[in-house]
Parts: sequence; C-alpha cells; structure tokens
Amino acid sequence: MASSKSREHNVKLATILSLIPGLGQLYNKRYIKGSIFLIISLAFSIVFYDILNIGYWGLFTLGTIPTVDDSRVLLSQGIIALILTSFALTFYIANLVDANRDAQKIKDGFKRGNLRETIRDAWDTAFPYVLTGPGLVLLVFVVIFPLLFMAFLAFTNYTLMNSPPKNLLEWVGFENFKSLLTVPIWRNTFFSVLAWTLIWTFVATTLQIGLAMYLAVIVNDSRMRFKRLIRTVLILPWAVPGFVTILIFSALFNDNFGAINRDILMPLFGSGIPWLSDPFWAKVALIAIQIWLGFPFVFALFTGVLQSISSEWYEAADMDGASRFQKFRNITFPHLMFATAPLLILQYAQNFNNFNIIYLFNQGGPAVKNQNAGGTDILISWVYDLTFESSQFSIAAAISLILGLIVAVFAFFQFRKTASFKEEGEM
Amino acid sequence: MSRKMKNTLELVGMYGSVIVMFIVILYPLLWTFGLSLNPGSSLFGANMIPDNWSFKHYVWLFTNPDSDYLLWYKNTLIVAFSASIGATVFVSLVAYAFSRYRFVGRKNGLYAFLLLQMFPVLMAMVAIYILLNLVGLLDSLLGLILIYVGGAIPMNAFLVKGYFDTIPRELDESARMDGAGHFRVLFTIMLPLAKPILAVVALFNFMAPFMDFILPRIILRSPENYTLALGLYNFVNAQFANNFTRFAAGSILIAIPISIVFLLLQRYLIGGLTSGATKG
Repeated sequence: MASSKSREHNVKLATILSLIPGLGQLYNKRYIKGSIFLIISLAFSIVFYDILNIGYWGLFTLGTIPTVDDSRVLLSQGIIALILTSFALTFYIANLVDANRDAQKIKDGFKRGNLRETIRDAWDTAFPYVLTGPGLVLLVFVVIFPLLFMAFLAFTNYTLMNSPPKNLLEWVGFENFKSLLTVPIWRNTFFSVLAWTLIWTFVATTLQIGLAMYLAVIVNDSRMRFKRLIRTVLILPWAVPGFVTILIFSALFNDNFGAINRDILMPLFGSGIPWLSDPFWAKVALIAIQIWLGFPFVFALFTGVLQSISSEWYEAADMDGASRFQKFRNITFPHLMFATAPLLILQYAQNFNNFNIIYLFNQGGPAVKNQNAGGTDILISWVYDLTFESSQFSIAAAISLILGLIVAVFAFFQFRKTASFKEEGEM
Repeated sequence: MSRKMKNTLELVGMYGSVIVMFIVILYPLLWTFGLSLNPGSSLFGANMIPDNWSFKHYVWLFTNPDSDYLLWYKNTLIVAFSASIGATVFVSLVAYAFSRYRFVGRKNGLYAFLLLQMFPVLMAMVAIYILLNLVGLLDSLLGLILIYVGGAIPMNAFLVKGYFDTIPRELDESARMDGAGHFRVLFTIMLPLAKPILAVVALFNFMAPFMDFILPRIILRSPENYTLALGLYNFVNAQFANNFTRFAAGSILIAIPISIVFLLLQRYLIGGLTSGATKG
C-alpha cells in the first residue's frame, strides 16, 4: 500500500545526504537517529581533531625537536589515531548503508511503528555491539595496540644509544631486517637461533604427543586396573605450576651438585654430563623437560576422546578379524586426530613461543662464540634478551615481526583444520 | 598357552611403562619436598632424605621480618581475584553476543579470536614494556591485571561460546516470547545454565597469576609489588642469596593447593576443549 509520496522518496538523495552522517537519516524522517548520528560525528571531529592531527603528524615525522618531542609518545598517538580512524570509517560506512537501506524501505512503502517500537528496534540491533564493546576496547588496547606498536617499532632505529626523550627516533625502512641478514654477527645468530627454534618446536612437541598417545592407549586398555589413580598421577606434571618444576629441573640437572649427575650418573658411569654448560646436552635436557611438562595435557585430551569412541567400531573390526595394529591405525588414530588436530597445532605454536622453559632453565645459556644469543635461546627468549639486557629495541621488534609471520603459518593450518567443525555455529 | 603368555607379557610391558612414568614424574616432586626439609640453605650438601629434617624454612617464610612471602601472597591474591572476575565478566558478555546474535563483523571476529590465541601477549613485550612505562602503569598491579584480562578474552571467549552453543535455543526463544529482554535472558537463562564452564574460566584465570612468571617479571620492578612466582624466582636467582631450600618450601606451599584444584577441574577444561570436536 505504498502511497505516492513514499514512492517519490529518493534513495540516492538519502545516501548522498548521509555523506555528512545524520543528514540522510533526517531526510528519512528518522529524527532521533539522525540527530544522534550528527552529534556523534560532530563530537568525534571536534574532540579527536587534535589527536588525529598530532597523531598523523607524529606518525610521519616521529618528532622534530629532541627532548621536547618524545618519539615513543608520538608513535603511540599515531597508532591511536589509526585505530580511531578505522573505527570512524566503520561507523561512516555503516551510516551510508543505513541511510540507503532505510530510504529503500520507505520507498517500498514500509511504515514505521510508533516511537517506542523504533527505540526497541534500535536497541535490538545495537545490543550485540553493546555486549562486545567493552571487551573489544580492552582487547584493542591491551593486545592489538601493543602488537601494532611492536610492528611499527621494527622500522625505527630505537636502541639504547638514541633512546627518547633525549633523542628522536627515525624511520629506517627495512634497515633492521637487512642487518639481520647481512651483518655477520646478526646473521650467524639469527640463523642458528632460528634453526634451533624450529628443531625444538618440532622434536619436543612431536615427542610429547607421541608419548601421550602411547600412554593414553595403554591406560585405556580394558585389562588395565587402577585407571583413576594412574591417570591422576600422569596428569600431575600439568597441575604443578610450571615455573616451579622448571626451576627444580634446573637444579636437578646442575653440573656439579645436581642430583642427576651426583646421584645417578656418577655412581653408575663414573662421570657426569655437562647439562648446563654444553649447548648440546642443554638442548637434550630441555627437550626431555618439555616432554615431562607437556605430555599430560595431550594425554588428558586423548583420554577424553578415547572414552568417547563407540565400542561398535571395535566390535565390527573384531568381526572382520582385524589385528590390533590395524584397529589402532584405522579406528583409534583417525578418531584422535580428527578430534584434536586444532589443539595439537596450538601445541606446536605454544612450544614455538615457549619462553618460560628456556629462560628459567638456563636463561638461554650457555654462551656461544660468534653470536649474541645463548646456545639454547629460541627466538622469543632472544627477543627478551635484546629488549631487557641490551636495549636493542628495534631489532628485537623486527625479530618479533618475523616470529609473528611464522606463527601466522601455524594459524593458517589451524584455520583449515578448525573451519570444518566451527562453521556449524554459523547461520 | 602361547596366547596367555603373550597376554601376560603385554600386561608386564604396560604396567612397566606406567611404573617408569610414575618414577620419572614423582621423583622430582618428592625431591623438592625432601629438599625443603633440609636445614641448610644451599643446594650443595642437601639431601632428598635429610638426616635432621626441620620445618624451619616454612616457619621462616611466615614469621621472619625479612620475609615478604605473605605480602607476595596478598599481591597474587589481589591480581588473581581481579583478573578472574574481570575475565569472567568480559568473556561471558562477548561469548553471549557471539553465540546468540548475528551481527556485522561476527564471523571476522571469530577468526580474529582464533588468530589472537596464537599470538601470546608476550610477543609484544617490547611494546608492553615501553607503553606501560609511558602511561605510568609499569610496576603496578593494575597494569598486570589489565593485561591478564585482555589477554584472556580470545581463548576463553571461544570456550564459553562453544558451551553457550550447546544450550538449546528454544529456551531463550520461549523466554523472549514471554517478553524477557536481552539482559534478562542472559542473567536468568544463559549464565545459570553455563555455570560449569564459567566456574572453569574463573578458576583458571584465578590460578594463572600463581603460575605465570614472565609478565610479572616484565611489569613489576619493586619487591613489595612482586607476585609469588616472581618472588620465589628471586630466591634462587639472586646472586648472593642462593636459597634453594627456602624456594623449595615456598613452592610446595603454592604447588599443593593449585595442583589439587587443578586435578579436580581439568576434566571440565578438557570437556570444553573437545566438545565441539567429538560430536561428529
């Protein structure tokens, strides 16, 4: 029942008018919404004009007068300006779409209800944003903002030598990445640390998953007794705070008076192993400790999945005369993998960035010739050293960025594995 | 006969593996307990089964005026309570929105959470350090709490959203028919039904500050602000005061309560993590 008046309502005009947020809505006769939009956009431009102005200026120049301009402050204002701008753009586009859609509705003869219904409608649409808003703001400032700051820092020349506010920082482009690859000491360190990080991630995580799978399968065997007790003890290493156990292991592995050398190896073989002072043995010890620490979580996961596999599968396999290995390969293993693959990938990602164990065991040591990282340092613990021991902030940030890229590869696999069942939640 | 033999051999192998694991797991833990009873202070000369055992390190932690142990306990409790409450509130709001509403940016938001789970807050430590320094939150418990709460959102929101998804939609739809508003549905239907997972989120975020060492290490500077993990670390690390036995005593006092709570709760966590996966 569209009246002639509503048919004349101009959709294009509404959209064009809302180039200034609110006008289009006013034209659509949505006076409250229109004025709110108008006020918000006015307030935004007035309140944030200075921040945006200084922010972008600072982001480009990083300051011009030493001791007056603090490059770090300017950089963070610049990032805030970027974040505000992206919020504003989102709002702006939403506003255009809204004006367009409303105008279309009016043209099609849609009659709005009374004021109360309108407000209720608005509240319904806005509600999910109200819910996520506070969390989003916190997430942006505590997680995303620092990550962005770090990314920007990687392209500056921030070191102890020219630290603000006494000095100004400058944009140096890819200089930090270049020196990582070309300056001999950086290059040596970078590649040996990267190689060890990858080996560490792969070996430690794979072994911990393997051990967990073996134990989960044998404890789940119907002939085993005392299952509850066994499972409780096997999960114990996960329950004890990690920093405590790592420090204890560090003492147990101590070259001179650690119990492993003094009470086990010396009496048996007559000599100990230099667990802390030899890079190779330190790495072996670290992998062993990580298996000890990491297998219980995977064990608990696998146990949960094993208990949920229907026994019909095995009965059918018995009927066909399948061997135990065949049953494991064709029933147990695929079930375990299907149910836990994303979590297992997450395990690899976590070990890749497993700072605690490296730092607490030996602080990345022992020292190695011709490089400025310790023999067992992985990328993230090297970043820590560069930041807090030698204040090489921008190189540390550059390495963090490379770390981030590698993690993104893990994330890609995670997505592919997860998408299969997380999608069920969509529409 | 040979079949029975094989059966026995397998059982021996399985129990054997379990016994080896028991020794490997329990030895370091019992060793720590034994060490904490040694009267001496250094690792050297300390025995797993001390000749003249005493509780003097435990007594020292609580009564000696030089001991900050109780102060660290208080700091850790403050951080733990605030982080736990904060995380639970934020996470349940976000998870409710993602589970029950369809809105612009929902799908991308889910992907962002999945991605951010992979990036530990630690990776931005350079930035966190400089930023907290700039806004004056370095060396304050508030700074630490904020970072714990923010960092907890992505992973926990996923967990709770998954649980919310298993609550039948008919329940809240019929409540809406009866005129219940958005918040009413959240508080009278969703939250009460999701109590188990919320308890898990609250407890795990409560325990994190007891276990975490690195964020406090970056953020907290002065000993009166230390959390337990950081304070205990300095017992072993401080160059001229290597007090391993005292560290052992202090650690035992954290490890026992944490482990008990953890063992009781871990199956809920595992259930939450695998719930989405085992349906298919």
